[in-house]
Amino acid sequence: MANFYNDNPDLKHHLSHPLMQKIVELKERNYTDAEKFDYAPFNFEDAMDSYDKVLDIVGQISGDTIAVNAEGVDHEGPVCANGRVTYANPTKENLDVCRKAGLMGMAMPRRYGGLNFPVTPYIMAADIVSRADASFENLWGLQDCAETIYEFANEDQKMRFISRVCKGETMSMDLTEPDAGSDLQSVMLKATEQADGSWRLNGVKRFITNGDSDIHLVLARSEDGTKDGRGLSMFIYDKNDGGVNVRRIENKMGIKGSPTCELVYKNAKAELCGSRKLGLIKYVMALMNGARLGIAAQSVGISEAAYREALAYAKDRKQFGKAIIDFPAVFEMLSVMKAKLDASRSLLYETSRFVDMYKAYDDIAKERSLTPDERKESKYYSKFADACTPLVKGIGSEYANQNAYDCIQIHGGSGFMKDYACERIYRDARITSIYEGTTQLQVVAAIRHVTTGTYLNLIKTYEEAEIAEAYKPLKEELVKMTALYAETVEKVVATKDSEYLDFMARRLVEMAGNIIMSYLLILDASRNESFDRSAHVYFNLAQAEVAKHADFIAKFTPAQVADYKQA
Amino acid sequence: MSLNIIVLAKQVPDTRNVGKDAMKADGTINRAALPAIFNPEDLNALEQALRLKDANPGSTITLLTMGLPRASEIIREAMYRGADTGIVLTDRVLGGADTLATSYSLAQAVKKFGKYDIILGGRQAIDGDTAQVGPQIAEKLGLPQVTYAEEILDLKDGKVTVKRRLENGVETVVAPLPCVVTVNGSAAECRPRNAQRVQKYKYAVSPSEKEKLSDEMKAIIDARPYLNLQEWSAAYVNADPEQIGLPGSPTKVKAIENVVFTAKESLTLDNNDEAIELLVKELIANHTIG
Repeated sequence: MANFYNDNPDLKHHLSHPLMQKIVELKERNYTDAEKFDYAPFNFEDAMDSYDKVLDIVGQISGDTIAVNAEGVDHEGPVCANGRVTYANPTKENLDVCRKAGLMGMAMPRRYGGLNFPVTPYIMAADIVSRADASFENLWGLQDCAETIYEFANEDQKMRFISRVCKGETMSMDLTEPDAGSDLQSVMLKATEQADGSWRLNGVKRFITNGDSDIHLVLARSEDGTKDGRGLSMFIYDKNDGGVNVRRIENKMGIKGSPTCELVYKNAKAELCGSRKLGLIKYVMALMNGARLGIAAQSVGISEAAYREALAYAKDRKQFGKAIIDFPAVFEMLSVMKAKLDASRSLLYETSRFVDMYKAYDDIAKERSLTPDERKESKYYSKFADACTPLVKGIGSEYANQNAYDCIQIHGGSGFMKDYACERIYRDARITSIYEGTTQLQVVAAIRHVTTGTYLNLIKTYEEAEIAEAYKPLKEELVKMTALYAETVEKVVATKDSEYLDFMARRLVEMAGNIIMSYLLILDASRNESFDRSAHVYFNLAQAEVAKHADFIAKFTPAQVADYKQA
Repeated sequence: MSLNIIVLAKQVPDTRNVGKDAMKADGTINRAALPAIFNPEDLNALEQALRLKDANPGSTITLLTMGLPRASEIIREAMYRGADTGIVLTDRVLGGADTLATSYSLAQAVKKFGKYDIILGGRQAIDGDTAQVGPQIAEKLGLPQVTYAEEILDLKDGKVTVKRRLENGVETVVAPLPCVVTVNGSAAECRPRNAQRVQKYKYAVSPSEKEKLSDEMKAIIDARPYLNLQEWSAAYVNADPEQIGLPGSPTKVKAIENVVFTAKESLTLDNNDEAIELLVKELIANHTIG
């Protein structure tokens, strides 16, 4: 009888952020759906109450079913035979419960059978599910792919496919190939147009999460003779049509419940999604942004699980006549874990709100043209969403790994054994900083927001925000840290040495992230004093980190990069 | 074939999470200290009803509960899972009822309800553990009863086939409709609350709850008939005042004692296979396991 939503007041805090009023009003178009759908909200309070009640279902299912099944899922895992994947039995049970609870297609419009939830409560559900079992989040969270169909497919395709997702059919995004991982421009899977306008797909995909799904989004080369991203288009493959078989599934270190498939396409019938040639340059970019936010949520959920396991063990375990939580070495570790968890969660929901704002405007723009003010506001949030997505995916997933590491450390020798959940959490965490773009690639995406000043602009908005009196001294220090950050960025950029900039990019991005998350926690603590501890603990960490990076860069000349080059 | 299904359910204190303040000094349950929940085996019964509804589109499920006005909470819980509506049988004069008075009162409500095809309920409630109410209702209505049901295997041609969970195995029986089926905790767990239904039915209220709402909310509820639950009084179901509540209850609680386990009843075993084997044999012999 556990409820992973109700037992965590931090979630309600983030759900009740003041910007939600605007988000919900835009998303619900002044609540006009209430006329057509008996489950649509008729005002803001009604909508918020519905999010709360549905997240309560997510919390209960996560606590009572998914978390209970996690160990069995990890041990049993899926199997592949005769080209098809069969999930582990407890995975089937998880999916069945989620379907019956109507938790598929949560963010999709009601006309397709969805719940029309904004990104923020949907991402919160992902956070909750991931705490229970990160591997199951991969299957459940792939409902995200429906977003790509919603944004780019035609109305007939939306009606046919999204309604199936809302009823509980699963999805996959088939992008990676043996020779096209981080570099998706090299995708070779061949798409050939038929006389009747349909397409046939031939080739191989690798590392496809849930690759035996019901509905696939497939990136394939539609333009014969091309070699780069401009020759790629997006396709929808329906498993009912046949033609795609699973050759094998990977034996992975973690998230073992989620089948990672090698797929063979043999003349598989598919239909074009959106326009030709925009597959990678437009659609995959959009798909990736959504997926990265999903991985950030998964990372935060894993951090939460790691912190809770570590806390419970540290209270329970006695050495030298007292609980180990009473030793400074242990309580410091725990408070830093909690601070990293809180910091990454604050950034997660800050980002999801930015995404909500600009996506709501994008959607309205399909019905009518936006006013100049609306366009301006949409652009403002879109820019911050772009900047914060790689930041929260990159730093959030690194924090999840650090927390999982510390969770095992607190368990000592017992944590190294297979007897405690921490070893699964540790293995599951490891992939978060790799898939949907490694941390290094998140830095590549983030660094232009360092050099163009997006992060600095965002920090300025926090400097102007109202905070509680108690945090003014911290803010004074943050203003100094920001000046140091700006100065350091300037120094690196002034060299006009792109290799040097790439070399220092991680440090600069982390500095920006440390300052932003410090501000966010101060804002959280100003609204809710339960964040006071984390605001202080994270500030201390951020201050030291920013100083460390600035010092490293100050003493380092571009010529020294040569010392690091491998022979 | 569409069915008219009644599910009997009770709102009970959550005795699975008992704290030290669970009992009052006089030996009665301190209801304020325990959260009120949907009696677990009634949820198993609801799931069987929902499966009948799945198999027979157009069927309606009505939850019937006797208790305080707040028992409408479990009607909403049932509606979130797929029930259509509900009735709270609530009246001060019904208070203090034992199983005899309770089953009489509920049987009167069922008679008032009119036409139905099957009545389902949990085997027993966790606050009393008597398992008497379901069977007594069947007797009072002159209906066949199937107890300890684990699964409804089939329902057609005016007959229901039920698998029963017995102490040493299972038994499959066929009963004519209408009948009363009480469902065992070993039956399938109830499905979860459904996100769309929660949003649709969260404002479902009984008349006494509706009274306390704003005019704006009342208007919203009036415009949506499915949000109006029913509240029935003892007089409404034509209950004889002598047979309900305390006057209708021959059972009197003499005393309730706390059972405190003492070290005398504990056994320390050596950490070896022989000791474990001895323990297991003893547990099998006294029917604790096996």
